[in-house]
Amino acid sequence: MSNTKYILGSFADPDDMMHGIDKLQANNISIYDCFTPMPIHGIEAKLGVKPSRLPIAAFCFGALGTTLGFSLLYYTMVYDWPMNIGGKPSFAMPNFVPVTFEVTILLCALGMVATFFFRNHLFPGRAPRVMDLRATDDRFILAVDAKENADHALIDSLLKEAGAVEVKYNDRKYVSYE
Amino acid sequence: MGTHSHHHDYNFNERYEFAGKAKLYSIIAVVLGVAAVAFGLLSGDHVTVERTYANLLLMGYYFTCVCAAGAFFVALQYVTQSAWSAGLVRIPQAMAGVLPIASLILLVIVGLGLTTHNLYHHWHADGLLDPNHANYDPIIEGKSAYLNVPFFLTRQIVFMGIYSIFAVVLAKLSYKEDLEGGLTSYKKSFKLSAIFLVIFGFTTPIWSFDTIMSLEAHWFSTMFGWYNFAAMWVSGLCAITVIVVVLKKAGYMNWVNENHLHDLGKLMFGFSIFWTYVWFAQFMLIWYSNIPEETVYFYKRWEPEYKPWFWLSIIINFVAPLLLLVDRDAKRKQNVMLFVAILLLAGHWLDYYIMVMPGTVAEHRGFGIIEIGTALGFLGLFIFLVMSKLSKQALVPKNHPFLDESLHHQI
Repeated sequence: MSNTKYILGSFADPDDMMHGIDKLQANNISIYDCFTPMPIHGIEAKLGVKPSRLPIAAFCFGALGTTLGFSLLYYTMVYDWPMNIGGKPSFAMPNFVPVTFEVTILLCALGMVATFFFRNHLFPGRAPRVMDLRATDDRFILAVDAKENADHALIDSLLKEAGAVEVKYNDRKYVSYE
Repeated sequence: MGTHSHHHDYNFNERYEFAGKAKLYSIIAVVLGVAAVAFGLLSGDHVTVERTYANLLLMGYYFTCVCAAGAFFVALQYVTQSAWSAGLVRIPQAMAGVLPIASLILLVIVGLGLTTHNLYHHWHADGLLDPNHANYDPIIEGKSAYLNVPFFLTRQIVFMGIYSIFAVVLAKLSYKEDLEGGLTSYKKSFKLSAIFLVIFGFTTPIWSFDTIMSLEAHWFSTMFGWYNFAAMWVSGLCAITVIVVVLKKAGYMNWVNENHLHDLGKLMFGFSIFWTYVWFAQFMLIWYSNIPEETVYFYKRWEPEYKPWFWLSIIINFVAPLLLLVDRDAKRKQNVMLFVAILLLAGHWLDYYIMVMPGTVAEHRGFGIIEIGTALGFLGLFIFLVMSKLSKQALVPKNHPFLDESLHHQI
């Protein structure tokens, strides 16, 4: 039993990599992930990646912002310190719209960024975890879990057939920090 | 290395054939419209005549705005170097191509309304500027350096003339690109579009001040121009969407898919919110400062006669697109988009109705043969002219530099 954890197919051309995905899938080999230096159209559908749930988070943070903004105004303008402004009632709805709107947008935007960072394990001081360093430069990487897919020779030949310029057998998942 | 070229089997010489029922019904609609307008103008009743003029102004302005939005769309795509829209840009181009006729119709309506005192009589009537006359109005006199007939008509002609010239030239350059290829047309269009957008941005507020806001010449709002621009842009996007979906349902333009529809949906959604934003900005400033000369506008629209329609306009133009288009999947479905686009087109008719009627016919407003007939007539005219224009060229600019990117557009 080898110690190989992941097999990485390194492609120089995105079309070749897409071809590689087709070949692996046709042979029932599950793809762990793929890493590309730029977005590639149609790759999510091909890999069966589920649509992002970020909009749900955005809605929840927006709704929280609406509630907080409105509560802040209600507490200050109506409950705690009502003031006579232009003879209008303290609880005058049009007054409340701009601040409520702005707080909604603010929390929605900040909440989305925070959710994105949290989900992707991004925060200051965090060592970046990359499976192949050239994936951020000029290579298109297909990663296959070596434990789940036993026939390593087949994977190797399929990747090379598809046009992989290099196939790596990595004993550890991330190579970015030593 | 990459050996997989992108293949597609789209027919880029495909043309829309404008014939049969679509053509017949649009002509019938125009005939019905002419009949309704004739019925109103020949009724002999002063109020009915004025109401007909008000409706003609409403629809003439709406028609011109939608066509101008087509020109704006085309110019915007060039200036932003957008690729997604390359496959469907022939539709706004056809709308832009109709702008000269639409402008001419609006000019005739405005000119006739002005000279017969059926429109703009708040600032154009006998004795308004004469201190010894019973009609003397010092506020109008103060505005008369700007708001006088020759200058007003000059502005109308100059503004709409400039928009029309740019609209036609931009469409022509794209048709030329079909025949000659190369980047010459695109580069020229880019420069012209940049100039057009600057002119358009600065003059459309003034154009709407003149055409619509001066109906109630005592009142003024600096937000009015942006509010009208938002209405124009949303309704223009809706018109493009309706034509795209109808053509797709008829089997044309199979290179336009749910991704392009999604982008149109995002624009419709976003600019409906923008419309509400400027609408509310105008409302809140006036409500907050509570100055009689400003509140008079909303006071009139808060009368029992208009109040339900005032609220309905907010529901259709803000709440409906907010709820119906917020979901990603909704923007990618043809039928949802078609429904929302038609709803918003009706909503912005109501929006314009609330802008025009209280300042013209006020309590004599109505909703009957004249309103429905005029709207139907202009709708028929729009369909007839735009679809005729569209049928004269291939449905896609086949030499557009970004066409390939548009075909592979994915969001």
